[in-house]
Amino acid sequence: MLAMYSSQLLFAQEQAAKVQEVPWMWISIIAGVVILLIGIAIYNGLVNGRVETQNAWAQIDVQLKRRHDLIPNLVETVKGYAKHEAGTLEKVIQARNAAVGAQGINNQIAAENQLSGALRQLFALSEAYPDLKANTNFLSLQEELKSTENRIGFSRQHYNDSVGKYNASLMRFPNNLVAGFTGFTPVGFYEVAPEEAAAVNQAPKVSF
Amino acid sequence: MAMTTFRDQISANRWASFWLVVGFIVFVAFVAVVLAITVVSLSTGQATWNEVRTGTIAGIIAAVIAFFLTLLAYFGGDSLVLGVSGAHPLREGEDPELYHVVEEMAIAAGIPMPKIYLIDDTALNAFATGRDPAHGIVAITTGLRERLNRDELQGVLAHEMGHIRNYDIRLMLLLAVLIGVIVMLSDFFWRAIRTGAHWGGTSRSPRYESSNSNSNSRGSRNDGAALLIAILIVLSFILSIIAPILAQIIQLAVSRKREYLADASAVEFTRNPAGLIGALRKLNNDQEILESANRGTAHLYIVNPIKRFSGLSNSMFSSHPPIEDRIRALESLQH
Repeated sequence: MLAMYSSQLLFAQEQAAKVQEVPWMWISIIAGVVILLIGIAIYNGLVNGRVETQNAWAQIDVQLKRRHDLIPNLVETVKGYAKHEAGTLEKVIQARNAAVGAQGINNQIAAENQLSGALRQLFALSEAYPDLKANTNFLSLQEELKSTENRIGFSRQHYNDSVGKYNASLMRFPNNLVAGFTGFTPVGFYEVAPEEAAAVNQAPKVSF
Repeated sequence: MAMTTFRDQISANRWASFWLVVGFIVFVAFVAVVLAITVVSLSTGQATWNEVRTGTIAGIIAAVIAFFLTLLAYFGGDSLVLGVSGAHPLREGEDPELYHVVEEMAIAAGIPMPKIYLIDDTALNAFATGRDPAHGIVAITTGLRERLNRDELQGVLAHEMGHIRNYDIRLMLLLAVLIGVIVMLSDFFWRAIRTGAHWGGTSRSPRYESSNSNSNSRGSRNDGAALLIAILIVLSFILSIIAPILAQIIQLAVSRKREYLADASAVEFTRNPAGLIGALRKLNNDQEILESANRGTAHLYIVNPIKRFSGLSNSMFSSHPPIEDRIRALESLQH
């Protein structure tokens, strides 16, 4: 009777041990898989964010190149009407060439700011030449450049927005662990010089 | 904050589009089952397992047809909407300024360049459509185009870019086509009942009373007519239950939140609330009706194109947010 009781007890203990062992293994496996899946999802989200900032940067480059391509045409058109403004035209060409040849992001930004200033001078000067202002070719170039200036501004805005979102996502709680493990680092903003920033904010309102 | 709001909106719009399609297919299948059982029961004079089975088969066939209809709506709905609204694509070099402003706003929104369409109408309105940002379309009436300066045009197009980026366009497009089909069917059935009742003589008109020469043929005609009317009454009953639900769905589609969010997105892109405010003021002062818009497409537009709606339709579209409120919300964004 006692033997039977003790064997029953032993059996019950064994069962209890089994019941305790098995779920812990499964729980840890399931938890591991869930954590891994969450980690993969976060990683993919960070990759998407980084790609978006890269795309946004490429978009700025496209618009800058477009401006560089438009300027020789503009200078040729203006030359025919404003022969006495060779100095201003030369400055625009020089600024344009410097911008095309600029290496490194900081140099590039500085050169582009120079070019923006030179272009504004050129358009201010055109006010004095009624014939030039009536030229359809000039008008369409003016519209093209105005739009390109806006696009540079908007692509910079979009770049900075996507950088802001991406950097913020790197710092949020579970993301920062994944970012730390996989080597994601914050991306720099496209900073604009203070005087240029004021001009950019006004850009849509300026009528050349 | 704005970031999570528009991301929430995108996922909400995707789910709503999905459930709209599921709901449409289930609804069409349900109507087909009821219709088939009614027809078979009335013609055989009994309602047994056979009739139910026939109804189920009809339901499955209808569901398959409805599925292909949603595919058609998804991939071809944009051309359908553009066709109905009488829009034509902007020709090369036709309006460089408009083209440039759209390009600028697409860059600001970070979406691919949408196609541009013009509606030859002096009424002031604009809409965006397409199934996703990669297939976006913006359409603007020539009237609005001519009345707006560059800043205002930028504001309007930025608002439309907001609808495209937020995936409002997908839900709106599916709503326009699928709900359009059901609303059209419901209109058709109600008209058919009225005509049928009149024609079958259930509501005796003086014209039938006076002509005795018709009395012989009327008996045989009555049987067929009675069957037809019974079917139509069942269908109309279903549709009249579903109509308020559809109205609710359309109200959700043109909810204040959606329009306000598109306005906020526009400011996010332009950083200049003044442009959209100026445009909305001009839109508010204009009372001209856009003839090419109808009940199915009205919810796509930036402002309600059917301004002097009366009766039932008015209550259906009353949730189009008042322009004054939108202007006030935008003014609060100016510093």
